[in-house]
Amino acid sequence: MIKRFTLILLLAGLGAIFAGLMLDYVPDSELNRTADYYAKNTAADLGAANIVTAIIVTYRGLDTLGEVTVLFLTAAIVGLVLARDRHDQSQPDRELPPTGELLATGTRLLLPLILLFGAYVFSHGHLTPGGGFQGGAILASGMLLMLLSHPLRRFGHRTIAIVESIAGLAFVFIGVLGIALAGGFLDNRILPTGTLGELFSAGAIPVIYSFVGLKVGAEFSSMLLNLSETEEL
Amino acid sequence: MAMIAMATGFVLILIGLFGALSNRNILRMIVAFAVANTGVNLVLVAVGYMDGRTAPILNEAVPVAEATTRIIDPVPQALVLTAIVIGVGVTALMLAYAYKLFKTKGTLDISQYTDLKW
Repeated sequence: MIKRFTLILLLAGLGAIFAGLMLDYVPDSELNRTADYYAKNTAADLGAANIVTAIIVTYRGLDTLGEVTVLFLTAAIVGLVLARDRHDQSQPDRELPPTGELLATGTRLLLPLILLFGAYVFSHGHLTPGGGFQGGAILASGMLLMLLSHPLRRFGHRTIAIVESIAGLAFVFIGVLGIALAGGFLDNRILPTGTLGELFSAGAIPVIYSFVGLKVGAEFSSMLLNLSETEEL
Repeated sequence: MAMIAMATGFVLILIGLFGALSNRNILRMIVAFAVANTGVNLVLVAVGYMDGRTAPILNEAVPVAEATTRIIDPVPQALVLTAIVIGVGVTALMLAYAYKLFKTKGTLDISQYTDLKW
């Protein structure tokens, strides 16, 4: 009873703070200086149509490298924590019910489309609302569908690890190329910036974001795989 | 519009915290944290929203010359993208640890885990 009361009191206090924040909040009528700089200079400097992507991949590219590293660490720790509990699923104790017709056929139909859509999303990150992280998540959802329809088929942890390592190394390598050929680490102008709004524009942004997409897709897939392998069949 | 989104975000944070503090089951706490996480993201995006403006993507509708008067603040959006990805990572880690805890004690009731209690 006391606990419940304290909890409600705490939340009421927090709610009051939030309400105070909200009542005092006045939306900006014009962009602040940072946003204004990005709005004015992104197109001319980097040639990227999507300003959010320009910020993530180039202006704050180092943060994205850190973010990808955090994701990698998460995937690695999930693998480590669950490694001991991985069950050998090659010989299940019981007869597994067959995958339903709908799921099996649906997977065969949808999987290539999902993978294609994922690749589209991460390669068009500089033009459309999308990018490496979203595309990678879509790739991993294809992987999830495959795990659902063929629970016994083993996907190589090795293949996933190779894709992830190569994508990560390529990301850093392109970043270092930026120091050598352009203005600094992760500068996208190592390739021509091209015409605003075309697929082959914005310098190295689509290349970097494609590698980010592959890496994120591989990381999410390895998490899904690790979690699914803890299941006792 | 931004106010509705912001209020929803704050309410989601409160719901998430309530769920995390009042539930004893670890899985429910994880779901509650995910709800609170969504609330934080919603508030952040709402802060960047400006009335009558559009997404920060330059195309025929938003020519470069008019960008500063036509687009909303792109910085919170970039931040939230990062926050969502990290949120996924945190949730995955919590789930892995919850599995491990269940393996060691055979229960997900947090009141059974008294090892660090004093």
